[in-house]
Amino acid sequence: MLARRNFLKASLAAGGGLLLTATIKAPAKAASLGKAGRDAATLNAYVRIAPDGLVTITAKNPEIGQGVKIMLPMLIAEELDVSWDRVQIDQADLDSRYPAQTAGGSTATPVNWLPMRRVGAAGRHMMIAAAAAEWGVPVSECETLTGLVLHNPSGRSLGYGALATKAAAQPVPDLNTLKLKDPKNFRIIGQPTRNIEVPRIVTGQPMFGIDVSVPGMLYAVFQKCDVHGGKLVSSNVDVIRALPGVRAAFEVKGGNDLRGLLDGVAVVADSWWQANRARQQLDIVWDEGDITGQSTADFAATASRLASGKPAMALRRDGDVNAGLAKAKTVVEAAYSYPFLSHINLEPQNCTAHVQDGKVEIWAPTQNPAPGSKLVSNTLGIPESAIKVHMVRAGGGFGRRLSNDYMVEAAWISKVVGAPVKLLWTREDDMRHDFYRPAGFHFFKAGLDGNGKLIAFADHFVTFSQNGEVAASAEMTAAEFPARLVEHLDYGMSMIPLRAPTGPLRAPRSNGLGFAFQSFLDELAHKAGVDPLQFALGLLGEPRLLPDPPGPRAGPGFHTGRMRGVIELAAEKSGWGKKSLPKGTGMGLAYYYSHLGYFAEVVQATVNAAGEITVDKIWVAGDIGSQIINPLNAENQAQGAALDGIGTALGHGLHLQGGKIVQGNFDTVLPLRMRQSPPVEVHFRVTDFPPTGLGEPALPPALPALANAIFAATGKRIRSLPIKDLDLSASA
Amino acid sequence: MHYTIEINGAQQSVDIDGETPLLWVLRDVVDLKGTKFGCGAAQCGACTVHMDGHPIRACQTPIASVGNGRITTIEAVGESRLGKLVQEAWIELDVPQCGYCQAGQIMSATALLTRTPNPTDHDINEAMNGNLCRCATYTRIRAAIKHAAEAGRA
Repeated sequence: MLARRNFLKASLAAGGGLLLTATIKAPAKAASLGKAGRDAATLNAYVRIAPDGLVTITAKNPEIGQGVKIMLPMLIAEELDVSWDRVQIDQADLDSRYPAQTAGGSTATPVNWLPMRRVGAAGRHMMIAAAAAEWGVPVSECETLTGLVLHNPSGRSLGYGALATKAAAQPVPDLNTLKLKDPKNFRIIGQPTRNIEVPRIVTGQPMFGIDVSVPGMLYAVFQKCDVHGGKLVSSNVDVIRALPGVRAAFEVKGGNDLRGLLDGVAVVADSWWQANRARQQLDIVWDEGDITGQSTADFAATASRLASGKPAMALRRDGDVNAGLAKAKTVVEAAYSYPFLSHINLEPQNCTAHVQDGKVEIWAPTQNPAPGSKLVSNTLGIPESAIKVHMVRAGGGFGRRLSNDYMVEAAWISKVVGAPVKLLWTREDDMRHDFYRPAGFHFFKAGLDGNGKLIAFADHFVTFSQNGEVAASAEMTAAEFPARLVEHLDYGMSMIPLRAPTGPLRAPRSNGLGFAFQSFLDELAHKAGVDPLQFALGLLGEPRLLPDPPGPRAGPGFHTGRMRGVIELAAEKSGWGKKSLPKGTGMGLAYYYSHLGYFAEVVQATVNAAGEITVDKIWVAGDIGSQIINPLNAENQAQGAALDGIGTALGHGLHLQGGKIVQGNFDTVLPLRMRQSPPVEVHFRVTDFPPTGLGEPALPPALPALANAIFAATGKRIRSLPIKDLDLSASA
Repeated sequence: MHYTIEINGAQQSVDIDGETPLLWVLRDVVDLKGTKFGCGAAQCGACTVHMDGHPIRACQTPIASVGNGRITTIEAVGESRLGKLVQEAWIELDVPQCGYCQAGQIMSATALLTRTPNPTDHDINEAMNGNLCRCATYTRIRAAIKHAAEAGRA
């Protein structure tokens, strides 16, 4: 039997009406996303049209604040041709029928753009077929208008509700030959559409993971070793058991996988406050293991030492960088670095689990439920078929909730105590047991010719390894800008072994690389005596597509014209080079391509004599293709991502000391606050390319644009983050 | 210890350790889960509620210290005209992303508008600086406060 690429099933819905079930492969996904090994993933959609005309669309993906829960249904509703206010959205649980239930990588738009529209178009097609059969007229004489099928020659019309049950008996159309709407006829896509959850959010309805309540539920905290993966030797857990409200306290022997269940002590009580209070009496002896060199100061020293030698491995070599540097009129050398970062989701990690009679029920604010279910299954020895995971709204994702450590902890604790348990981490747990954005060190050397043209560029990137492999989200590819645009270029990499676990944080890799490369390129422009805008346009050259180097991360390539377009738009909107700014005020430009989106940003900042920074304004220009699906949310996402970048540059940064994260709360890690938050103007350049995602790509340019603005304002070059740790005062 | 406190206009009796923060009494005893836990150290403002109309951080307010203070939470702030206007402005301007901090933001914003009906940007900075938004929806929070102030004048 031939495997059908796209499969749509129509059936009679419970209670009458039409139920559409679609299984659609996304063939070009690997190519379009620049990621490997995901061709086999399938997408599913469930759409029900009830006899009363109400359309229920199941949102299959987790919602972490990027608006995907309404965006995917908008695509279906548009082509189904129904009124948006007749659409109801249900949140799916983890369900094996939906194999791609994950939120991350700004993938929801590019992956779903055509398949979801095709599902809607199929539903519309079947409504027309049902009406045509009812009236005994040709299908070609019928059309639709927001939930109605019309037969214009006779003036007859029928609502989708009335047709739904009959439509269920119609043959299913071939998804690939369905005609989709001309975008100029869109009525839902492209309209500012409010998030349906806001009325519940603003009235404080329980909807987040932390709000889950199950009858008979107990509350748990879990103390792990602050050196990640440290082993438990002994504890005073007996003493803890006698404390007020404590129902159970026990040691947990975990494994060696930092993403799984680790050693620790669980305290379970009648209330979370009691559990956490009892925990403060814990006295645990840990075997921390080898922590040699696992401190921020050690890393910096090791990086400098490695930089004085040759890179351990080559990432890319074009031409002969030494010959290029020898020919150059000006050679510029600079070292840049950025720190480890925690995700600091405002909702600390938590999970509610109930293990009973060999079955597990889990309520988790996760971005990525499927691996969590597998982890619970493997750790507890319970088949996945006996595990049910409810996806609960998450108070911020940022990549942290792609890991499911909290899920396996909650399940284990529930299994031991034999009751439903809500595990809630403190802020300190959350900051000290994260999968960190890896720090990085870049040792740059570049050559400019007599015309200020960049002719040679070298980066010795010192990053981190774990178990001999490059640590998660700590890599750099051979496509990193300005590769492909400089005649003599050399990228090499060396690694420092790391104990602490790392992982993706919003715009992984790009959030650090963008700062280092775009700051150094600005430095080069100034050294060349060329305006940074002209320097950027000169480097990019004529509009053309530069194919990606072959390999697992190969994507659709980099289009210099699209990048030029957003740079010119940001420059125009910000009045770049046309304003006379007061002393102490400067503008910085940066641009970056990530997650298929092209973004350029201009930041205007003022630094006073005491070194205090005021970010005056940000201009964001983006190109995410031919269609902004929901402009209201798109603006919010772009503003938030740019401000996230500003906050990260100013105030985020973790130190390791003896393998432990030093910081624990918002008194030492300083997220952006209202007082620091400038106006953000967002402009999109609509181009003729398929629509792509927006959760991430507006973030990376914000950090270097701020750093470059500070240079313009003060003449002080920002070469390390966070900026709060630097002295920018006039006397410094 | 036994405490009787006024929450959202109703007397609530709880038998609990007097050091228990109001936050956990609200969330886990009287089942008002709109008030959020973010830092446990009065650093993030997610737990902001009103005591006699003033914004306080519930995570740092022991139940024993509440006394006769009238507590209002996000679940009831919409019963006041200003609170309702603030909630409506948040919906109108589509402020939230993840939404987790927004209950605290709305409580601080309502308290601000109660004492300063026409806040300047400086007033907004001062009143809202204690409320973190990790999604950085500050642009819209600021706009929504002005929107609600405008509606309050109508």
